Amino acid sequence: MVTLQFVPYHEIEDLGSARRVKKLIDIVKQNKIVLLQGRLKKEEETDLISIAMEEFGDKFKGIELAVINPKNNDATGLKKARNNFFRFLLGNRQGLTIIGPANIVTEIKKDPNKIELYTKEAKKRKKK
Amino acid sequence: MINIIKAFINKVLKGLFKKKKNIKLGLYGPPNGGKTTLANRICKDWLGEDMGAVSNVAHETREVQIKEQVNIKSKGKELTFNLVDTPGIATKIDYEDFIKSGLKEKQAKQRAKEATKGVIDSIKWLDEMDTVIIVLDATKDPYTQVNITIVGNLQARKIPVLIVANKSDLKKADVKKVQSAYPQYNVIGISAKYGNNIDKFYEGLFAIAG
Ligand SMILES: Nc1nc2c(ncn2[C@@H]2O[C@H](COP(=O)(O)OP(=O)(O)OP(=O)(O)O)[C@@H](O)[C@H]2O)c(=O)[nH]1
Ligand SMILES: [Mg+2]
Repeated sequence: MVTLQFVPYHEIEDLGSARRVKKLIDIVKQNKIVLLQGRLKKEEETDLISIAMEEFGDKFKGIELAVINPKNNDATGLKKARNNFFRFLLGNRQGLTIIGPANIVTEIKKDPNKIELYTKEAKKRKKK
Repeated sequence: MINIIKAFINKVLKGLFKKKKNIKLGLYGPPNGGKTTLANRICKDWLGEDMGAVSNVAHETREVQIKEQVNIKSKGKELTFNLVDTPGIATKIDYEDFIKSGLKEKQAKQRAKEATKGVIDSIKWLDEMDTVIIVLDATKDPYTQVNITIVGNLQARKIPVLIVANKSDLKKADVKKVQSAYPQYNVIGISAKYGNNIDKFYEGLFAIAG
């Protein structure tokens, strides 16, 4: 069995970078897959990798990470302007970040309309 | 007005000092892309010596290596670099992969532990760099999260980046695919091992570091 834990953006919004990363890693270390609403800052993404490496041990092999961005490719004109406006308002609240423990999630594949989490026990598990 | 003059003088002075300082040039990327092979190529070209050990087993470089005072010339210009070869960045490390490559269990576990330290070191050094070359294996998927995270991080820090699509000598290499994954960057296909297109690489380097 695999557990997914949803973390709404407001739960990390007011935390400093170090506490944000710690909160997410703590969930992953419980062998759960984090589904974070939105994205971390770029520096926090590398912090997350560093902390994952610090936590490395017999039971914890690191993480699988996938950041999904909302695309703006198809939109043109007014629609594009509107999308940009919302993007500005929402900032890092847009998109989705998946963080899984590497001993459970072996690979995350994203393509335009599906996300596939490959797990150790079952060969393939689909979401969305 | 005085402030403007002060700012101007400051800028000129800074400019003077900057010219004297060597440019910290970081080689970054996922394990096994060919960072050390490229570092060796650069050192052989300009110093006549090697820089570090190369291996087909991932995480060969596990400590940041620095070669100071590397004088490079390209198209009549000359720049002095401090070349920094870094351990490959990964989000996970599995010692069983090393066993598959022929290492004994104890060595494999040791290598894994050292590799985690190497990754932490690489990331710590990111902020120190003046210019970065991201070395990607052109036979592999360029669009991995690790690659995107490294590129995004450097962009956020406003550090100039050149992307190298390495191993272009191999049949499976797809330089165009690397370019289309990172359209906003200059991507240069090279073979660090055999030296293919290395002049273009130096030109690209001077374009962002000069
Ligand atoms: N065919 C081919 N092989 C290459 C090329 N560059 C590097 N290699 C090979 O790729 C493997 C890894 O090269 P390294 O230079 O050790 O890679 P690295 O990026 O420093 O790896 P880490 O230190 O583990 O992060 C070695 O077996 C090299 O011989 C190239 O241009 N062409
Ligand atoms: Mg190396």
